[in-house]
Amino acid sequence: MLAFTLRRALQAIGVMIAVGVIAFSMFRFAGDPVNQIVSLDTPAAEREAVRTSLGLDDPVPVQFARYFVNAAQFKFGVSYQFRQPVSNLLMERMPATLELAACATVFAMVFGILMGVYSALRRDTLLTKFFQAVSLIGISLPTFLIGILLIYLFSVTLGWLPSFGRGDVVRIGWWTTGLFTLSGLKALIMPSITLGLFQMTLIMRLVRAEMLEVLRTDYIRFARARGLTTRAIHFGHALKNTLVPVITVAGLQFGSVIAFAIITETVFQWPGMGLLFVQAVQNVDIPIMAAYLLMVSLIFVTINLVVDILYTIVDPRLRSTISRPA
Amino acid sequence: MSVRRSVFAAATASIVALTTALAMAPASAQTLRYANQGDLKSLDPYTLNESTTHAHLGHVFEGLVARDRDLKIIPALAESWETPEPTRWRFHLRKGVKFQNGDPFTADDVVFSAERVQKKGSNLQTRIPSGTKVVKVDDHTVDFILPTPNPILNSQWDTWYIMDKKWAEANNAVEPTPAAATTPSFASLNANGTGPFTVESHQPGVKTVYKANPNWWRKPEHNLKEIIFTPIGSDATRVAALLSGEVDVIEPVPIQDISRVDSSPNAQVLKGPELRTIFLGMDQVRDELLYSNIKGKNPFKDIKVREAFFKAVDIELIKNRVMRGLSTPSALMIAPQLFKLSGDFTRPKLDPDGAKKLLTEAGYPDGFEVTMDCPNDRYVNDAAICQAVVGMLARIGVKVTLLAQPKAQYFAKVLKPGGYQTSFYLLGWTPGTLDSHNVLFDIMGCRDDPKSSRGEANLGGYCNKKLDEFADQVLQESDATKRDLLIKQAYEIGAKDFGYIPLHQQALAWGVSKKVKLSQRADNQVLLYWATKQD
Repeated sequence: MLAFTLRRALQAIGVMIAVGVIAFSMFRFAGDPVNQIVSLDTPAAEREAVRTSLGLDDPVPVQFARYFVNAAQFKFGVSYQFRQPVSNLLMERMPATLELAACATVFAMVFGILMGVYSALRRDTLLTKFFQAVSLIGISLPTFLIGILLIYLFSVTLGWLPSFGRGDVVRIGWWTTGLFTLSGLKALIMPSITLGLFQMTLIMRLVRAEMLEVLRTDYIRFARARGLTTRAIHFGHALKNTLVPVITVAGLQFGSVIAFAIITETVFQWPGMGLLFVQAVQNVDIPIMAAYLLMVSLIFVTINLVVDILYTIVDPRLRSTISRPA
Repeated sequence: MSVRRSVFAAATASIVALTTALAMAPASAQTLRYANQGDLKSLDPYTLNESTTHAHLGHVFEGLVARDRDLKIIPALAESWETPEPTRWRFHLRKGVKFQNGDPFTADDVVFSAERVQKKGSNLQTRIPSGTKVVKVDDHTVDFILPTPNPILNSQWDTWYIMDKKWAEANNAVEPTPAAATTPSFASLNANGTGPFTVESHQPGVKTVYKANPNWWRKPEHNLKEIIFTPIGSDATRVAALLSGEVDVIEPVPIQDISRVDSSPNAQVLKGPELRTIFLGMDQVRDELLYSNIKGKNPFKDIKVREAFFKAVDIELIKNRVMRGLSTPSALMIAPQLFKLSGDFTRPKLDPDGAKKLLTEAGYPDGFEVTMDCPNDRYVNDAAICQAVVGMLARIGVKVTLLAQPKAQYFAKVLKPGGYQTSFYLLGWTPGTLDSHNVLFDIMGCRDDPKSSRGEANLGGYCNKKLDEFADQVLQESDATKRDLLIKQAYEIGAKDFGYIPLHQQALAWGVSKKVKLSQRADNQVLLYWATKQD
């Protein structure tokens, strides 16, 4: 088990270095950061001085090596736009993104499972048809459009929910949370729905398909024969068995929820890491871009590792294959 | 069981959320909430030379001079000034002014700010000509001794903000914050000026809160106790925030949303001409264009081709269709507000047939192919303007391939560090000094002398030595009437050469709640110390 974990950790480092290399080779196409730092009428000599001071006149491999030596010591440099250490900026923005991602996932799980179960059990009701229409919308409409539609309905027309921002936040240590204030909770509703809608439809369809599958199996038939109540059969036996793949998918999707938060955060001006990244791309703020990409790859790698380990706990059959090196 | 409980919990939560949302409180009076497309990136007033930043910091800091609602230079921290000799400017400082932390404002602060603004890492080094000596005469008098006469020395000093020497020294902020700093700078997160507002809190890219400064030396014209600034990058969200009443002022309103904002019950759009001139430029330096099918020669070197391009562009169509009426067609490379005699110039008439004839005379009866570089996120509808121009030139047989890119890539390609890699481009320019000399020098000046910074923003390299001579005279001439005549002569040369194709000045569009009264200044600085808000 330990060997397995170590091996995966080493692979994770390899993945992160690969992400770094690809990211760095892309930055050249993002534009010239110096133009974003100085104004249009800045004399060329002054521009050159800025370029030299940023180390941008060195060859790309040199810049890359320098960056990685620093990153390995957790030094991610200073943002070109904000003149603040990137690690501070990311730490400041991280609670907003994680809170949004968590709320979106909870929303997706709760409503996805409920709608999935219902539409599997009552296949021909109107409500089921409605759920399936909703799931079609969730799968096919782009995130930013859903966000803008929600804003126009609930902020502009009805005036119920705030159209942007996080509302008032409470600071607990270095963490900021909007969960304890009214305006913070209200601000969470629309972004969470926007971000979670796709996952919700995914989970709903998964649960529905799995439920239909499980309901046809022998042990359900035997359970019926034993005279168990319908509720015990549906929720005690059938649903429990459908949840294993659901948890897997939801876990893996958490990474992409964080990554997809970029669009939702832009639409709702949510002050998270995704918004920071989008602004960094527009302004060619390489230190932020690099650190963000590394961090997202770290999140993905970690989630995958955790899911792998969880598998072995949930399913003992996997343990024997893992302890033997492939 | 657990499923049912979570149904119940979710249902309760959503009901609670909806009912509480219905009871959303109205905005408290005299707190003005403002959203801009761009961020306030640094509170250090010498970090970024850009008008949104200057406008923000203008609430906290002040310069020796200020500009009023009509951009006229008025006294601020300097009560008066005179030029006893052409190379010596004397400023008499206002007495009894205090910085927001209580430090008195004296000549030492001016000398310190002059040193700091010229240091490495400052983006405002050109505010003070190099070689200028700044001398403290007494506690409230400062002399600026210049190497050469300069009649427009203080034209950009409204945004050269004076900093507190004692405060900077105590907080390790003597050096301006360069982009490559390894330690975070105190001055980029904190501010201590003499202005009408203090910075209560500043979270870069998230929110900035200003509080009215009760000890300001001037009598406030606003009735605000607080300004809450939030950057909102997404156009749709920014407009929605205004329409739903969550913010009181937004800048800018996208052109396509103007009529919707105007028809809403609680907001309107404040419109006005902006100072920035949008124009087209052509590569007139290379012997063969980088991006064209004509080999061995450069068609833009022929004045007839340039004239043909000018006459093919239907500026009224661009105004009516692309800009939806919100632009002022321009005959000059400078906005009419900035040059008194601009009324003497008119644009040559639209004449596609004449243009076609000119092209034939120049030896291109079937036109030619050329690539046009264009930003798509820098100016109002920039890429759409370029698309319109492509269509207009197609009518005279010129096949233009449009390369519209985000500004980060566009500027990297076309500016000097990128090697002026363009044959035909669209650019916008506001003279930082609000004076014609800047246009004649930076945009219309020859760039053939590698030692001089003349013509560095002249991406096409248009060059006429006679124009340069006039520009040099303009810099020396201190008599305003004679100076204007010199400027006029220079512009006449540029117009006769068809060196550039000026298009228009775009319009300002600010979204303002009907509860707020606000003055709009043509340099697009949103200055809320002129704002009043009703309950």
